[in-house]
Amino acid sequence: MAKSALLKSSIAKKYWMALTGLFLCLFLVGHLAGNLQLIFGTPLQFNEYALFMTTNPAVKILSYVTYISILFHVVDGFLLTIQNRKARPVGYAKTNPGANSSFSSRNMAVLGTLVLIFIATHMTNFWAKMHFTTMPLQTITIDNGGQVSSFYITSGWGQDRFINVNQVDGENLIIEGNGFYYTKPIKVQFAEGYKDLHKITMDFFRSKEKLFGVIPNEGLFFTIFYVLSMAVLGFHLWHGFQSAFQSLGLNSPKWTPTIHFIGKAFAVLVPFLFAIIPLYIHFTK
Amino acid sequence: MKLDSKIPEGPVAQKWTNHKNHLKLVAPNNRPKIDIIVVGTGLAGASAAASFGEMGYNVSAFCFQDSPRRAHSIAAQGGINAAKNYQNDGDSVYRLFYDTIKGGDYRAREANVHRLAEVSGSIIDQCVAQGVPFAREYGGMLDNRSFGGTQVQRTFYAAGQTGQQLLLGAYSALSRQIGLGRVKMYNRHEMLELVKVDGKARGIIARNLITGELERHSAHAVIIASGGYGNVYFLSTNAMGSNVTAGWKIHKQGALFANPCYVQIHPTCIPVHGTNQSKLTLMSESLRNSGRIWVPKKKEDAEAIRSGNLKPTQIAEEDRDYFLERRYPAFGNLVPRDVASRAAKERCDAGYGIEANDTNEGVYLDFSTEIKNKGKQAAYAQGNHNPSEEEIIKLGKKWLEEKYGNLFTMYQKITDENPYETPMKIYPAVHYTMGGVWVDYNLMSTIPGCFVAGEANFSDHGANRLGASALMQGLADGYFVLPYTVSNYLADEIRTGKISTDLPEFAEAESNVKSQIDKFLNNNGSKTVDHFHKRLGLIMWNKVGMGRNEQGLKQAISEIAQLKEEFYSDVYVPGTSDELNPELEKALRVADFIELGQLMAMDALQRNESCGGHFREEYQDAEGETLRDDENFKFVGAWEYKGSDISKSELHKEELKYEEIKIAARNYK
Amino acid sequence: MSTAKNINITLKIWRQKNTKTKGGIETYKLDNVSTASSFLEMLDQLNEQLVNDRKEPVAFDHDCREGICGSCSLYINGRAHGPDTGITTCQLHMRMFNDGDTIYVEPWRSKAFPVIKDLVVDRTAFDRIQQAGGFVSVNTSGNTIDANSLPVPKDDADKAFMAAACIGCGACVATCKNGSAMLFVGAKVSQYALLPQGKVEATERVLNMVRQMDEEGFGNCTNTGACEIECPKGISLENIARMNREYLKASL
Repeated sequence: MAKSALLKSSIAKKYWMALTGLFLCLFLVGHLAGNLQLIFGTPLQFNEYALFMTTNPAVKILSYVTYISILFHVVDGFLLTIQNRKARPVGYAKTNPGANSSFSSRNMAVLGTLVLIFIATHMTNFWAKMHFTTMPLQTITIDNGGQVSSFYITSGWGQDRFINVNQVDGENLIIEGNGFYYTKPIKVQFAEGYKDLHKITMDFFRSKEKLFGVIPNEGLFFTIFYVLSMAVLGFHLWHGFQSAFQSLGLNSPKWTPTIHFIGKAFAVLVPFLFAIIPLYIHFTK
Repeated sequence: MKLDSKIPEGPVAQKWTNHKNHLKLVAPNNRPKIDIIVVGTGLAGASAAASFGEMGYNVSAFCFQDSPRRAHSIAAQGGINAAKNYQNDGDSVYRLFYDTIKGGDYRAREANVHRLAEVSGSIIDQCVAQGVPFAREYGGMLDNRSFGGTQVQRTFYAAGQTGQQLLLGAYSALSRQIGLGRVKMYNRHEMLELVKVDGKARGIIARNLITGELERHSAHAVIIASGGYGNVYFLSTNAMGSNVTAGWKIHKQGALFANPCYVQIHPTCIPVHGTNQSKLTLMSESLRNSGRIWVPKKKEDAEAIRSGNLKPTQIAEEDRDYFLERRYPAFGNLVPRDVASRAAKERCDAGYGIEANDTNEGVYLDFSTEIKNKGKQAAYAQGNHNPSEEEIIKLGKKWLEEKYGNLFTMYQKITDENPYETPMKIYPAVHYTMGGVWVDYNLMSTIPGCFVAGEANFSDHGANRLGASALMQGLADGYFVLPYTVSNYLADEIRTGKISTDLPEFAEAESNVKSQIDKFLNNNGSKTVDHFHKRLGLIMWNKVGMGRNEQGLKQAISEIAQLKEEFYSDVYVPGTSDELNPELEKALRVADFIELGQLMAMDALQRNESCGGHFREEYQDAEGETLRDDENFKFVGAWEYKGSDISKSELHKEELKYEEIKIAARNYK
Repeated sequence: MSTAKNINITLKIWRQKNTKTKGGIETYKLDNVSTASSFLEMLDQLNEQLVNDRKEPVAFDHDCREGICGSCSLYINGRAHGPDTGITTCQLHMRMFNDGDTIYVEPWRSKAFPVIKDLVVDRTAFDRIQQAGGFVSVNTSGNTIDANSLPVPKDDADKAFMAAACIGCGACVATCKNGSAMLFVGAKVSQYALLPQGKVEATERVLNMVRQMDEEGFGNCTNTGACEIECPKGISLENIARMNREYLKASL
């Protein structure tokens, strides 16, 4: 009985690329659904969602699977590319690759690397800030008969949604009642307010600062960078989606045309919707 | 020399069984001590090497191609015959036996052919068990088709690639043995000499075609399965590398060469298009089921077509001469290959040829009638009982495409003409050689220990081979005959021990080969090898081709002898001996072809009759049909080599005895 | 053929003395090439010219010249078997080219197919893959069951045949940007996987053949589909998918 080589063999590597790739496609759908709240939801909904995503244990597990998938996809892809380069030590003087294969299919490694660069910058800009830096909390400004005050929004239940910003003072605070909210003493931690990812996002794409002190209007720059990155992702998915099914052995004359159609629709639609978001933010107020 | 065919006693149906029961065996523990060399890895060679390996012998297999899978058996299109009677049309071993003898124009050995028919069924079982994907019916059973010269459906096939599938089957069996270490495969090696020790075949000298090194290989038996010699004509349907060298070398070492003049010309090949042409492409015989062969009735029409002023589609029905239907109304376009070929040549010689090449050689194979018939049928099948002309033609073309799409595409790629719109141009071409090294019933040549199998031997097809029988013979020899008969020979060799390649016989053989190679490389003549090969081909085609006569043959003999001299004095072979040198390979092969060509002409000259593929113009009846002379020529003509002057070769005769079958004239009218 | 004409071309051909030496592209002019000639006949013509000029002819693999033996190779103008589909180089005709064209002719490029000389490469890696498992382990005695005792659905038989139509030329490897041999191996695995006779050893076969394929140094399949397009016999990518399935089944 020959030893199977589920990690080492060429075909096994394909399985892992396919499985991790398809999982990441699922992730994209979830991520897109959440992000679309930047357009279709209120800031509160978005920040609630952000809090949910960073605290829910099930999501936590999923997020780790996602990190591992990305890592595996990258490492595996890297190994495959190295081996593939080695498989042809002397190249052709004249090539005509367009005659028999698509641009995407031939450039998965390059496209993938670009996507990786995007993911790195994207995570630095949002994910890392969310996890490792002190974020401003979401506030709400209420004009109460000429008396303007800002409030944090908390994750509590029922009516205890608003806490007067001015009254936050250490661990204990007493809220003077005016019939608007709770009157009894409550222990509130500073961090329990919603981190205002929404604001961070809006600021990011609308910033008029100079990037690295050189590039003017960094918000526009980021918007363009994000839109281009989504185009790259689209090309990556254009081949990757249906390719995963082929790698897993799911190819039959009956189903393959459908899979190809779904793959192409996915590759266009998902990155397109993602790209809409920065455009929307940048060009609206 | 007295030829002993060693045909066993008894009734023909029991000969093989009885013979097998009395052959000597080699015990399994002795087999690994015995070496066998197999030269050639086509159907016969690959199946033999695989079988020997499996039995436990130490096998070395050689092929000049880069892989054993590329042997020219791979190009066979139509199918393989077997007396399975799956179609319930009255087939039997006897009928296959009878059809083969008759098809061979009563010039084959009864006992050999009967054995072939007996084992034919096992071949199909064996191949299916190996995973050969034969065509099947919807019920999951094997499908059959019919072929020329028979009245039953006994041909098994895999689309138009039966040879490929069978060879890959044999190659898979061979690969298995190579993987197990029981067969050592020598790719890109060419056998250039047989080594005899004390009169027995004991090894070969082979040239490693990559390094040019001459290697000595010893064995207790040598099997030659190197295919046919059709390339003596330069243009043929054979592969470019197909050659007679292995067979010719053993001939020069004492093996008789039998019936060299029996050559099969296949009627449906794409005609020659120009002087740079390197080979001829076959269009499957199956096309004759649907196509009608014709030339114009009027010479002026033929001329107008050749000059490009007239298109075949412009010629009215009544101005076309469907010459096969006219001459052979019973079989029509489906007469055997030799008959169809000669009829086409007759028309072209008379000036009705339609191809605009040097010789005007070409006739039409027209599918327009079939398009209309099948189109009408298809329309009716769809419930359209009043189809328009256009609908009929459209449906008819669709039918053709389903049935012959691949062939039609291939034709179009080669000729740039669309056979759905205009008739195909075809002409006969050299395809198969029935003659070969003389072997006895055990497939052993006149050199003890040197066996010959497949197309390389002469044994089973007489003067003409029926379609789908070459594959059958190759596998029968390799799987089901040689394992018994070679073991019988080797039973006396178990005490011999390893044969040293340091014996003086090996050294001498090697130095002979080396001096021949050196001679070519140092010759510094003025003409390429192909130049001589083409000239040889022209002589052979014109004078030892489809129609032969005494005067032409005599001219051919002297012209070839002269060509040989010129070749040795004026050939130029570039490069060195210690590298891949295709020109040198060609030179060594052409040297043998030239000698063989002369022998073929001599054989054709001595055979004062017409039979099968051998048509002597002097021996035909009033209607141009072959006239056999059973009284004087019912023998196998086996030639003995008597030195480099081929005209000194000596003819030996093996009388053919017909105990089972009554000899009659072949009649396809 | 009345439509044939003569053209003049420039050839850029890879020349390499043997495996050990370095090679390079050399330029040749060839006049009066009939467009009715096949590509290999054009090379014959070039070689005739070279030999007559006392120069070394170009070595290239070829044999049957009717598209079935799989000997001929050649990467022509950036494409395996040249600018036409469904054919081998020997079936490519010069009418695909125009007067004055420059034509690049290179050998298959793959680590597993080292160049032997000029345009000739060593494809024995394919043989070794076949030896690792491309067979049904049945003795050649003929004493098997009757050929019709095991019905095979026509659809399976037809698919097995289409997979078995592979001629082992190596165009898939040559054209694949990764130098992958999966179309070749997939076709062989599929042929046997589809037939009842091959199912018995299916597990070991696919594992062994893939292992050997990897050892030979072929690249990995990234499903570009180029192999399917350039395959002279139109072997389908479905066969690679089937191999992937078989391998997964065998591994679990």
